Amino acid sequence: MRFVDEYRSGEVARRLAEQIAGLVEPGRHYKLMEVCGGHTHAIYKHGVEDLLPDEIELVHGPGCPVCVIPMGRQDDAIAIAMDPEVIFTTFGDMLRVPASDGSLLDAKARGADVRMVYSPLDALRIARENPDREVVFFAIGFETTTPSTAVTLLRARDEGIENFSVFANHVTIIPAIRSILDSPDLRLQGFIGPGHVSTVIGNKPYEFICRDYGLPIVVSGFEPLDVLQGVYMIMKQLSEGRAEVENQYSRVVRPEGNPTALRAIAKTMELRTTFEWRGLGFIPQSALKLRAEFAQWDAEVRRRVPGIRVADPKACQCGEVLKGVIKPWQCKVFGTSCTPDRPIGTCMVSSEGACAAYYNYGRHAGRRTREAAVR
Amino acid sequence: MSRTEEEVLDAIEKRRRRPHVKLMDKHITLAHGAGGRSSHTLIEMVFLKELGNPVLDGLGDAAVLQAPAGSRLAFTTDASVVKPRFFPGGDIGELAVNGTVNDLAMAGARPLWLTASFILEEGLDTDELIRVAQSMGAAARRAGVTVVAGDTKVVERGMADGLYITTAGVGVIDHDTNLSAASVRPGDRVIVSGSIGDHGMAIMVARGDLELETDLRSDTAPIHDLAAALLSATDEVRWLRDPTRGGVATVLAELALACELGVVLDEAALPIKDEVNGACEILGIDPLYVANEGKLVAIVGADGANSALAALRAHPLGADAAIVGEVRADPPGMVLLETAFGGSRVVDMLAGDPLPRIC
Repeated sequence: MRFVDEYRSGEVARRLAEQIAGLVEPGRHYKLMEVCGGHTHAIYKHGVEDLLPDEIELVHGPGCPVCVIPMGRQDDAIAIAMDPEVIFTTFGDMLRVPASDGSLLDAKARGADVRMVYSPLDALRIARENPDREVVFFAIGFETTTPSTAVTLLRARDEGIENFSVFANHVTIIPAIRSILDSPDLRLQGFIGPGHVSTVIGNKPYEFICRDYGLPIVVSGFEPLDVLQGVYMIMKQLSEGRAEVENQYSRVVRPEGNPTALRAIAKTMELRTTFEWRGLGFIPQSALKLRAEFAQWDAEVRRRVPGIRVADPKACQCGEVLKGVIKPWQCKVFGTSCTPDRPIGTCMVSSEGACAAYYNYGRHAGRRTREAAVR
Repeated sequence: MSRTEEEVLDAIEKRRRRPHVKLMDKHITLAHGAGGRSSHTLIEMVFLKELGNPVLDGLGDAAVLQAPAGSRLAFTTDASVVKPRFFPGGDIGELAVNGTVNDLAMAGARPLWLTASFILEEGLDTDELIRVAQSMGAAARRAGVTVVAGDTKVVERGMADGLYITTAGVGVIDHDTNLSAASVRPGDRVIVSGSIGDHGMAIMVARGDLELETDLRSDTAPIHDLAAALLSATDEVRWLRDPTRGGVATVLAELALACELGVVLDEAALPIKDEVNGACEILGIDPLYVANEGKLVAIVGADGANSALAALRAHPLGADAAIVGEVRADPPGMVLLETAFGGSRVVDMLAGDPLPRIC
């Protein structure tokens, strides 16, 4: 398949892996965090870790949009969906996320009209086609998906569609990275930066990582060669004593990001004072809500949303997984009471979640690594 | 002109005995399932017309069949609820016949007889039902099977989605090869009979939710002949499955668990059409999990693998057959994929169901 296979070449990968191995200082251990769940998925799906020397450890970060939604927000979503006048629209991954009393799929089985969409514009179309129903879109995601919600809101306003609203749960990546850098649990040597978020926000927002924390970050694409080259560029910086923002994904990411997308976001949304992240707790100014001018399309204004904070299940260690403090297999319930079929935590639900990726793709590699460690 | 009572009664009797020429109703009504005159007309004018044969035409309560002496029988059933009912490459009727024919073929059987049960939603377009019956008739003739019994029920509007078909089938096993997971041994080869994921992706695209335009067609086809060619080429065939829902990944994951052996696949060897790969990339779906309706997965002993491959490739339905992996002792109960990239990963059963009704 053209434009894809080129980025999956085993031949190129082997050469790159040799170069990476050549940059390893003997006796040094490298912990690199891939911020984005898309990277985690690619790493496990293609077995990228198999090509890396033992000294390099990839740690999974918080950039999985499904994973970071706290249980209280999922409860709110289900409360909205259970209203008989509502058609509740959502991305597929959110359907299976467990809330206090079952998932959206369970709510659907109990009679809620829950529909999977691929884009918020699909939700708007459903609103247009069902003028006598209230259509609510469950908006989640980082800066990658926020622009499409923003554009949908602008269109709803321009077309005067009144039976449509957005339950906004958009989060921003920078505060999450800062929170991880400030966490005492981790000793990272560098970041594989999120490629698609950066197509929107550009490269500048990451400069504090180099300036304030002295760490390199390489914004990388999502094909396995992208990830491998990202690792190579970080290792090169480390070996040369540099800490800079570099862009591996230059075929997509512009340094200034996408000003049109940023304008659409700014027109429709503004920062919340604070927002709860699953496992990471409340992080100030880390999420977006609709601006007052868009209150008419704001589900939190229009509908009765319980808004009750719910503690994560005790057994669930998604927080530590999201911060990269533990590996998925180190979680107490991983693979036993928490599986992709019956997930307890969000990280086991989304294909971008570290636990799901590890369970579905990485189990065997993990066993080999652990056996090697024992030997 | 007045008629005598006698004349009127005679006319009625004549009319009752006249063969029906046409089903006049435009839509299916509850009367068509009530077992009375309308049901009779529907059966005669649609099902007997398209699927009729001496056994079915008798309209008895049960078909009476002569089994070949000494043969083992294979017996299976399959329900079809696909949406949309007509899709590029096939329709629900063809799928209902091929699904059961293929299940029989995977037991190494020669399919002979089918039954068909229809659940119709009140209001279904009669012409649509006729098209489905015609398509079943054509599929049955192609597969060399006869439909020997059937049933029709009509449910109120809203109680079903148009049309569901359940087929059951009986086939005979003429050879002694014992196909089972227990016969699989380390060193055996994994063969697929052609490109994977065609049916599932064709249906996804045909549903129209994705706004993708492709030339993808379902691969629905009867593969009993292909299976027979394989079985007569070598007696090294250990195990056969048709990878429908859940795809190649799921049937192999089941096999690995059943025989407590490992299955190692070579990603670069998997035959996948560019369109399927492309659509899967866009949707974030792994083609290994996408349904097929005209393919088989075979485990064949290493010594027979090349003759098996040649026999499959010589058949029109197996032209793209490929050896895609190998059975190994380790890791037991697990399927691994060696990626084209040079890494490896686990291939497990699918969790949940991201896909709509595809068969």
